[in-house]
Amino acid sequence: MALPNDIEALDKAFSGIGVDEKSLINLLAKSNDEHKRSLRTGCPKLFTEDENGFERSDQSYKKNLQHQFNRFRDAVVLSLLHPWERDARLLEEAIKKGPKHYNVIVEIACTRSSDQLLGARKAYHSLFDNSIEEHLASHNKATERKLLVALVSAYRYEGPIVKEDVVKSEAKILYDALENADKNNPLDHEDAIMILATRSKPHLQALYQHYSKTYGKTLTQDLEEGILKDTIECLCTPEAYFNRVLGAAVEQEADEESKAALSRVIVTQKEVLRKGGCVADKIQDSLSGLYKELMLGLIASGDIKEDDS
Amino acid sequence: MATLRIPAHVPAPSEDAEQLHKAFEGWGTNEQLIIDILAHRNAAQRNSIRKAYREAYGKDLLKSLDEELSSDFERAVVLFTLDPAERDAYLANESTKKFTSSNWILMEIACTRSSYELFNVRRAYHARYKKSLEEDVAYHTKGDHRKLLVPLVSAFRYEGEEVNMTLAKSEAKILHEKISHKHYSDEEVIRIVTTRSKAQLNATLNQYNTAFGNDINKDLEAGSDDEFLKLLRAAIQCLTVPEKYFEKVLREAIVGLGTDEWALTRVVTTRAEVDMVRIKEEYHRRNSVTLEKAIAGDTSGDYEKMLLALVGAGDV
Repeated sequence: MALPNDIEALDKAFSGIGVDEKSLINLLAKSNDEHKRSLRTGCPKLFTEDENGFERSDQSYKKNLQHQFNRFRDAVVLSLLHPWERDARLLEEAIKKGPKHYNVIVEIACTRSSDQLLGARKAYHSLFDNSIEEHLASHNKATERKLLVALVSAYRYEGPIVKEDVVKSEAKILYDALENADKNNPLDHEDAIMILATRSKPHLQALYQHYSKTYGKTLTQDLEEGILKDTIECLCTPEAYFNRVLGAAVEQEADEESKAALSRVIVTQKEVLRKGGCVADKIQDSLSGLYKELMLGLIASGDIKEDDS
Repeated sequence: MATLRIPAHVPAPSEDAEQLHKAFEGWGTNEQLIIDILAHRNAAQRNSIRKAYREAYGKDLLKSLDEELSSDFERAVVLFTLDPAERDAYLANESTKKFTSSNWILMEIACTRSSYELFNVRRAYHARYKKSLEEDVAYHTKGDHRKLLVPLVSAFRYEGEEVNMTLAKSEAKILHEKISHKHYSDEEVIRIVTTRSKAQLNATLNQYNTAFGNDINKDLEAGSDDEFLKLLRAAIQCLTVPEKYFEKVLREAIVGLGTDEWALTRVVTTRAEVDMVRIKEEYHRRNSVTLEKAIAGDTSGDYEKMLLALVGAGDV
């Protein structure tokens, strides 16, 4: 007879992000046929009574389990890849999968350094025999294309020099573009795109501050979820962006895209996260098993700098 | 192929630096010596000479050249001496300034350099101007020009020779459709011209010709002769048959009344180490006179000597 504890343990082992391998080993190693039958009966999510006298498994739940088991594998591989290949593959996947994944394109284009982004573009040539802008532009004919292509093509200046008068005039341009959003889509606004896609990050961060002071609200306050909001956040307040993304990933109703952010963000941003603190607490409860150990281990070691070459 | 001629035995950079320093000493300047050295060294050698010069004399060679030389000769020597990436960054920056503004030069640099060369230009631009090239180009252009030029300077085209013929056919069709409706700055036209690899673009244009009977630039001429169209046609030419484009620039600079020295200097100094041989052939074919003869007929003095040395005339 399987104790209620065991049934609960089985359910828990499968319910997190990642799989609690140790718990499963403990459970199954000592499990005989009787035990297993009661496990099956006690887990209606995974097994249902078949009219032919056995508890049959639900194949789609099994598929979901596959996802969970693979998380560790995928995170390991992601972790081992050269950062350029990693970003190139993430970008290619996002382009292929379409609009719901464009936030990944924005994230990579906006949070990597100029040379890291260049590296990803070079890797893209090697891996896919095409340039990233080529693929991106031909896969998407909609309004987002302008901003996205411009973002991946950028090679932003990285020095600290910022011109105050330009910051002020461009804050106004963005203000006008956003205020008139219902009449004209900001994604079509040439000057807004120019500012977001070509200006240096220090410039944009100064602009963000100036905007808040001048207009009494942040650039992103009134924006809907979408690539424009992601773009501004990634460029101006990346830590806030990553915290938001990680938070969304561990929510109850998070979908696969949101959960995928965990590996992606933690593997690529461990320095940022380590500095920010408290991520570990947020994800402690939602992750399981080896996957959880890997993620927590990465965050803890966040001060080991990644090689940029 | 380059027309730059380098002697079989090249002195050590420190020797060259010393000779150049001697050339500046005294009342006059020994222009011939300057040409003999700088017009006969490749980019790596010139960089070494600049380094050696700075180490020996505590000064940038370019500054000395600027102080000692003048006018078109100076511009030719200084431009040529610069490392190619720095040179292009300089020319690009010049092109964004009000009085020397030129979308042509930006387009020319963006389209005729290789992907890696263009990226080096962007890097050199950061170092020298503390800004990105694309932000300056975006800021100084508007409308259709910006739509075309920013992606052109930002492109990092795939450089392989692979070509997808099905894609070439479908994109030729798209281009033809947009052009026949006079939608010259349509996003699809811009996308194809600014993102496809040169090999792919070439294949697409060949398909265009095969399927629709006309060269794409011929169809683009049929529209009104506005600046944007001219730029678009030139971009297409630069991406596919640059030697024809450069021949035209040279011809327009030389033939007829007066000479456009800036254009002449720019083409000679930027292509001497790249494809000047082909450009010369094209020039001869088109004009029935050699480029050397045309330059000699249209320029004089040290400026003429510098240009002729760079296009491979005379002794090494």
